[in-house]
Amino acid sequence: MAEDRLIIAGREFKSRLWVGTGKYKDFVETQKAIEASGADVVTVAVRRVNITDRSKDNLLDYIDPKKYTILPNTAGCYTVEDAVRYSRLARAAGVSDLVKLEVLGDEKTLFPDTAGLIEAAKILIKEGFIVLPYTNDDPIVAKKLVDIGCPAVMPLAAPIGSGLGIRNPYNLKIIMETVSVPIIVDAGVGTASDAALAMEYGADAVLMNTAIAGARDPIAMAEAMKCAVHAGRLAYKAGRIPRKLYATASSPIEGML
Amino acid sequence: MGDDIQIHVNGQTRPWRGDATVADLLQELDIKTERVAVELNLEILDRAVFGERVLKDGDRLEILGFIGGGTF
Repeated sequence: MAEDRLIIAGREFKSRLWVGTGKYKDFVETQKAIEASGADVVTVAVRRVNITDRSKDNLLDYIDPKKYTILPNTAGCYTVEDAVRYSRLARAAGVSDLVKLEVLGDEKTLFPDTAGLIEAAKILIKEGFIVLPYTNDDPIVAKKLVDIGCPAVMPLAAPIGSGLGIRNPYNLKIIMETVSVPIIVDAGVGTASDAALAMEYGADAVLMNTAIAGARDPIAMAEAMKCAVHAGRLAYKAGRIPRKLYATASSPIEGML
Repeated sequence: MGDDIQIHVNGQTRPWRGDATVADLLQELDIKTERVAVELNLEILDRAVFGERVLKDGDRLEILGFIGGGTF
């Protein structure tokens, strides 16, 4: 599918599976799982550097920024001010204007604070950031985010880390019909079929972390997700048959005795 | 010149030399400049000025880098 590239804000991506880099046992496992996933976009968080123990390895020693698009997030930010501050720090530490914007509303659900998200996105877009917003499965909010200049939207499938799969496929479909930018389903995927379904519904990509990192065998699950996203995308493009209540024979009647 | 001022780095207070720059501090801490962001008293510094900004007594620095993370 060399011609089936994902394009966001003029940037071309090979992989429609994007992965997070958290929760792995160690950096070697992180590296192997990402390799097996085939992802070319990986998300990272911005945190204080450990200044007392410099012997510890750095994530970017294992994930080569020349090979992968490093997508910093604002994970853990509950206010517009924090999300903007972390975005600016990410840009200062990194090499691009890309940011996965999260403004969280609540520690228990980690659902996005969509009002704060729109406000933070406006500020960052004005400063030249390419804002990829982590949002709720709300078509109206998705439209607002696109209207203010987000080149893609990232609605959740289910709460972060819940593994519940797509809780509201109808809203996702409405989002896909409402906005014309790429839709990246982000968070809540539990297993390969969830990822395949997201792609079959017409998502342009899927982003996940826990479903891979938390699996008993993360490297095998990474490969399963790669296959699922690929299969789902192919099926979406191929066009599924309509659902019918009664049977239709696949073999001809003609020639029967 | 000895340690004659105090600065706060990532929440820790440490004695420091009154004549040294941000770049000197990063070097002392063994931190590569190309992968970190430095915030000095809430102002994000451009890498180009690391070698020019001399730290003063009471300065608050945050040195941040990338770590593993998905959606929070």
